[in-house]
Amino acid sequence: MTKAKLWLAAASALALSAGMALAQDALTIGMQLEPPNLDPTGGAAEAIDSVVYLNIFQGLTRFMSDGSVEPLLATGWDVSADGLVWTFALQAGVTFHDGTAFDAEDVKFSLDRARAEDSTNAQKALFAQIADVTVIDPMTVQVTLSQPNGALPFNLAWGDAVIVAPETAATNATAPVGTGPYRFGQWVQGDRVELVRNDSYWGDAPPIGMATMRFISDPSAAFAAVMAGDVDVFSGYPAPENLAQFQADPTFQVLVGSTEGETILSTNNLAPPFDNILVRQALAHAIDRQAIIDGAMFGYGTPIGTHFAPHNPAYVDLTAQSAYDPDMARALLAEAGFPDGFATTLKLPPPSYARRGGEILAAQLREVGIEAEITNVEWAQWIDEVFLAKNFDLTIVSHTEPMDIGIYANPDYYFQYNSPGFQATMTALTAASDPAERTALMQAAQQQIADDYVNGYLFQLAALTVAKAGVQGLWANAPVAAMDLSAISWAQ
Amino acid sequence: MLTFVAGRLLSLIASLAVASLVIFALVEVIPGDPAAFMLGLNADPAAIDALRTEMGLDQPKVVRYFSWAGGMLTGDFGTSLTYKTPVAQMVADRLWVSLPLAIYALILSTVIAIPVGVLAAARRGRAADIGVMGVTQLGVAVPNFWFAMILVFVFAIQLGWFSAGGFPGWQGGVWPAVKALTLPAISLALPQAAILARVMRSSLIDMLGEDFIRTARAKGLTQRQVLWRHGFRNALIPVLTILGLQFAFLIAGGIIIEQVFYIPGIGRLIFQAISSRDLITVESVVMLLVFAVIVVNFAVDVAYAAVDPRLRRR
Repeated sequence: MTKAKLWLAAASALALSAGMALAQDALTIGMQLEPPNLDPTGGAAEAIDSVVYLNIFQGLTRFMSDGSVEPLLATGWDVSADGLVWTFALQAGVTFHDGTAFDAEDVKFSLDRARAEDSTNAQKALFAQIADVTVIDPMTVQVTLSQPNGALPFNLAWGDAVIVAPETAATNATAPVGTGPYRFGQWVQGDRVELVRNDSYWGDAPPIGMATMRFISDPSAAFAAVMAGDVDVFSGYPAPENLAQFQADPTFQVLVGSTEGETILSTNNLAPPFDNILVRQALAHAIDRQAIIDGAMFGYGTPIGTHFAPHNPAYVDLTAQSAYDPDMARALLAEAGFPDGFATTLKLPPPSYARRGGEILAAQLREVGIEAEITNVEWAQWIDEVFLAKNFDLTIVSHTEPMDIGIYANPDYYFQYNSPGFQATMTALTAASDPAERTALMQAAQQQIADDYVNGYLFQLAALTVAKAGVQGLWANAPVAAMDLSAISWAQ
Repeated sequence: MLTFVAGRLLSLIASLAVASLVIFALVEVIPGDPAAFMLGLNADPAAIDALRTEMGLDQPKVVRYFSWAGGMLTGDFGTSLTYKTPVAQMVADRLWVSLPLAIYALILSTVIAIPVGVLAAARRGRAADIGVMGVTQLGVAVPNFWFAMILVFVFAIQLGWFSAGGFPGWQGGVWPAVKALTLPAISLALPQAAILARVMRSSLIDMLGEDFIRTARAKGLTQRQVLWRHGFRNALIPVLTILGLQFAFLIAGGIIIEQVFYIPGIGRLIFQAISSRDLITVESVVMLLVFAVIVVNFAVDVAYAAVDPRLRRR
């Protein structure tokens, strides 16, 4: 081959690849964490849902980008007057990726499996009120509850409640088979998962034909991958310090949204001196939330004064009740019998909100006389020592489950808050189905935990997404861990 | 030679047995329960217990040690608790990335270091030597991950010649795979090359001061012949030692570089397995790394004996 011919070949190869790029139905998405497996019904890792929820697996209902719940595999439902019997009508013409038909038997199997005695579902509590699941006909299923639960459609929208086929349930961890718009392509462990469009999907065909999810855990590597154009989208972008650079660059777009992650200074309510409400109140007034948001999160985050997501219509802004006031904090400490402060411990899990935020927080506590000794722990260690053994004084953690204020009703939960009044509010909330009544109860609950200064409420985690300018349909908010591929397309 | 090799082999087996005990004990001691980790904060205690039983974690530690160690002997490395994939298969997949990367880096560092070290020794005290010493000092001091980030900035972000990371796999052809490994290999190789060049230089300088070099010169060999035939060959022994140590380091020590370039190698596997308390994977992979280090050291010992017959009598 002569030199000229070589050049020609190279040029045509280039033209070919440019032509392929024009078609643009492929998308590469960067994410920080790799899922341990691909079965959303067998693990709590958010990374599982980020890959498979809504893409491969679908539930009877689904979360929308604003956190609301819509029907999905169910077309609708009727509730009996006593709120105990729910009759779901199912979507017709749905098949699993392996070709088997979806029907009421699959729904019964999935729900019975999730609530079974030996179930390893990470959110088993979602199904706690279900007493029985009955197949009425192939397209109708009846769910009977032991007590009314107005949140049933919400509970069934979780990734942990997706519908799986009995034939493939055992192998979903490595070869997921669902009813969604994308089927599983391949998983190169440690590197990427590939999803391809399901051509026999029951709904509208999604614009993106092939999606690759790459797992890049190191923040500076994430920055480099976006800058070099290796990924088209980075969801859950881990390096807020250089977001400004992307914002200034017209070839990129930056989406800042809200999550369900209430980041709190979790306090062991049974460990002295935190069993004294005055000490917890002093703690709350010693915290300068904005300084933590600015210092640890580079300004991304919304201050909160209770355990509730600010984007929720039922949210009450209670930040003023625990406003930053070091003098008041010192006075409260003196009143509680600690005029010279005291020493305590602060355990910090790996995320930067905890590690960076913890350093700033410890400095703020020192200002009012509380010496917090910092210990850095890994997640597995945190779950073992803090969450299960409750062997801690203070810790910083983001509670990312949607609508999780109910954890305060469990006196055995790791921060060990035991208030019969709050527990009664939660019992009433579970039974209530009237929207106005539910809102009033949720607001009362927020007020109760703020009045009891159960934990230090810091800020709502921001959802940060960086993408190439031409990508549209991305979720700005992250009400649940999800990457809804079917909504995404390239601008023409 | 045979008794020498047999003796070394015995100590190799003893080291492996001790290592397996230590690794198992250490992994068991670190706090953190894999089942509780997997099921997260809202998990029902009954679900955690069910998962522990499913994972086999409810059995006594002694039983688990022997089933693990016994499995290793027959080539069964167990099944990962979190990935639910056989560990042997994961390790094999990852080795196809880490091993070529280590070999690539080793070749690069040797190719750079040996001529540079010889040059510095031959021009001892002159400009070339001083330059080499300065640059290698820098190479030893600069951490490889920082160097990696600079490479990414220049060659991936500014020039766009390489991807910032990732690995396409070998099935897509040799060239894309080698290309993807180039920046990581350079960042691994340069600090190693700096060390190796310094060892090469000082070892050769020592050799050139020996009596037999003067004798060789006296019998009429040229400077160049003396350098390569007498000096270089003898100076290689300490260089081989470092090379052996470095190879083990390149496989295990790739952890950070694999994070920076998000390459799915052994280092990344072990990093993820430790943080998710995938006990069986941690144990088996660490054991394999220990095995690799011990075997490489064994090979280096045998190589010494081959280069220098006097060592065989020890």
